[in-house]
Amino acid sequence: MAIIPKKTPMKEQSPKERIKNFNEVPLGYTPEEAMTEAQRCLQCKKPPCVKGCPVEIDIPGFIAKIKEGNFKEAIRILKDKNSLPAICGRVCPQEDQCEKECVVGKKYEPVGIGRLERFAADWEAEQGLMEIPNIEKRTGKKVAVVGSGPAGLTCASELAKRGHEVVIFEALHKPGGVLVYGIPEFRLPKRIVEREVNYVKSLGVKIICNFVVGKTKTVDELLEEFDAVFIGTGAGLPWFMNIPGENYTGIYSANEYLIRVNLMKAYLFPEYDTPIVRGKNVAVIGGGNVAMDAARTALRLGAEKSMIIYRRSKTEMPARIEEIERAEEEGVIFHFLTLPVRYYADENGKVKEMECIKMELGEPDHTGRRRPIPVPNSNFKIPVDTVVVAIGQSPNPLIPQTTKGIEIGKHGNIIVDEKTGKTTKKGVFAGGDIATGAATVILAMGAGKVAARAIDEYLKTGIW
Amino acid sequence: MAKILKKEILAPNIKKIIVDAPEIAKKAQPGQFIILRVDEKGERIPLTIGDFDREKGTLTIIFQEVGKSTIHLGMLKEGEEILDLVGPLGRPSEIEKFGTVCCIGGGVGTPEIYPVARALKEIGNYVISIIGARNKELVIMEKEMKAVSDELYITTDDGTYGMKGLVTDALKKILDNGKKIDRVIAVGPVIMMKAVSELTKNYNIKTIVSLNAMMLDGTGMCGICRVEIGGETKFACVDGPEFDGHLVNYDLLMMRLRTYLEEERISLNLFKEKMGIQ
Repeated sequence: MAIIPKKTPMKEQSPKERIKNFNEVPLGYTPEEAMTEAQRCLQCKKPPCVKGCPVEIDIPGFIAKIKEGNFKEAIRILKDKNSLPAICGRVCPQEDQCEKECVVGKKYEPVGIGRLERFAADWEAEQGLMEIPNIEKRTGKKVAVVGSGPAGLTCASELAKRGHEVVIFEALHKPGGVLVYGIPEFRLPKRIVEREVNYVKSLGVKIICNFVVGKTKTVDELLEEFDAVFIGTGAGLPWFMNIPGENYTGIYSANEYLIRVNLMKAYLFPEYDTPIVRGKNVAVIGGGNVAMDAARTALRLGAEKSMIIYRRSKTEMPARIEEIERAEEEGVIFHFLTLPVRYYADENGKVKEMECIKMELGEPDHTGRRRPIPVPNSNFKIPVDTVVVAIGQSPNPLIPQTTKGIEIGKHGNIIVDEKTGKTTKKGVFAGGDIATGAATVILAMGAGKVAARAIDEYLKTGIW
Repeated sequence: MAKILKKEILAPNIKKIIVDAPEIAKKAQPGQFIILRVDEKGERIPLTIGDFDREKGTLTIIFQEVGKSTIHLGMLKEGEEILDLVGPLGRPSEIEKFGTVCCIGGGVGTPEIYPVARALKEIGNYVISIIGARNKELVIMEKEMKAVSDELYITTDDGTYGMKGLVTDALKKILDNGKKIDRVIAVGPVIMMKAVSELTKNYNIKTIVSLNAMMLDGTGMCGICRVEIGGETKFACVDGPEFDGHLVNYDLLMMRLRTYLEEERISLNLFKEKMGIQ
């Protein structure tokens, strides 16, 4: 049977309609659509897609079950390796991972692995089913996991399945980390995060919110109660550009902008108490996924103009192509090769104008991308009333600052052995953005999984 | 969840609550704060820890009802719970033997300065305290402050109690009487901290102020609390809340505190309407 060259399309909200609401953009597959897409999988004997998956999901295995219409078995296979399939199916950069390796993708569009993963997870939720996997015999060992983002949730669920007692400590009032405060509702509905967090809880993991490790208790104090500690506190410290006028009101870090909207539900103000400035001319500085999220959020908050200001060209943008395309469809305006150099405010200190300089591309830098160089005397001004600085973030310094004996890299990251997640302190492991600097959800999950394996080993043998 | 064990009205619109928070109480130090959220739709607000009892596992929080969130908090009764309470956050006050220190509290800054004054007194400083309020009715914690101070001065704007004038008038008088002060710590409205800092600069006295910037997470994640200290941007939540008063850009802080004035008004009016209060 000939392969259908293109992925089975997934229905989505039209750009015109979706910029008026915060509902999810793609609407998911029907069972028939999923089964059609599953037929495109070649069921390779040595599947390269699995090697592309940081958590080693048996991809042909679960797809074969979808093809047969045995969705229950498909989700079981997924959850065997991945506790957060509905999340990964939505936010993983599959084009750089499993789908990049897909054999069908050599000639045609790769199999929609992410879409199928999402389908299976959503199907299970719709049935109201939640199968709890076998949990190994209680070991009597206790592990503290710091941070309830993707790294922490994954590490905790893997350890719980192996019979260890796990407590997650979360600083905010809701579990999920970047999944609840960072990624917008229209890309990852919060009820889905809640559902997958509940699944992790159903494995016996206890989650304590409003607990700041480093303040409420230090890692050293946790080690008095727990046999091991995993640190997955993410990249929480936002960068600013340190240019004149950056502290005027109306200028946000992406973290603040997104926390207000996603975690605090400022888009529902005044029903919810937390407000946000609903700008008409919004400039988002940066070219990553977070910048796309902020620019698309601004549209939904009623911006007439939502602009991306990026110092390199489209080719160098770190955002996923899919995210850039969606932003374009929705009417986000892109100013490439543009760098803000100064802000101007009105008499109340509210930002009103942004001065930029044009850039041109020079030789490649250490990232392999061409270095942007300012063009002399090319300054120009853009009227703005809201600015979101989305140029990246560093690992959160709270734990590095308060934990003795943990070696810290020059970017404030915790230094770990990549194969085990071991830090330089006995009994303490780390993974995710706190170790690597800002990266993706799935890489953090992969790191959580690697660490869980090493923690299990350490708890069983006591060998460091 | 943190249960309110005791509640007291200290002055019109100023309330004191004692909450059950053993883990935070165990760690709390003078100068630190907590962030709380009253209910599911509420905002996260930072409030300074007024006092703590490590044995009983309680925190004392004294707050002024100025907007929706604080009014709502003030409506909770003894036995009721605050949905979220997290801390202790921020760096503790520097407690050392400086010699003679002057602790200044303006309005609800007084309960905030109280544990600092107490700690400074305990390790052997000579503590001169000044409490400032608009009028007699709003003077709070006089007894407590008296107990931890070697000298206590009270000022009211209208002269209904203590000396008529501002805290800076009292401070200037003390200094002009030839008293040598080694350090000033001032907590209160931004305008007061600014005035105190301007005064002490002339006398070359190191001055510490506690900045009440807006906050969300309180752990260095959002950056809404950014303040300028000596021209450098700092986060009040993790680098502060206490800073060298002579280096603070107060005008920027006041400007940033006004960001959501309009939204705060909308929120408050809606709440009053809903609750049927004036």
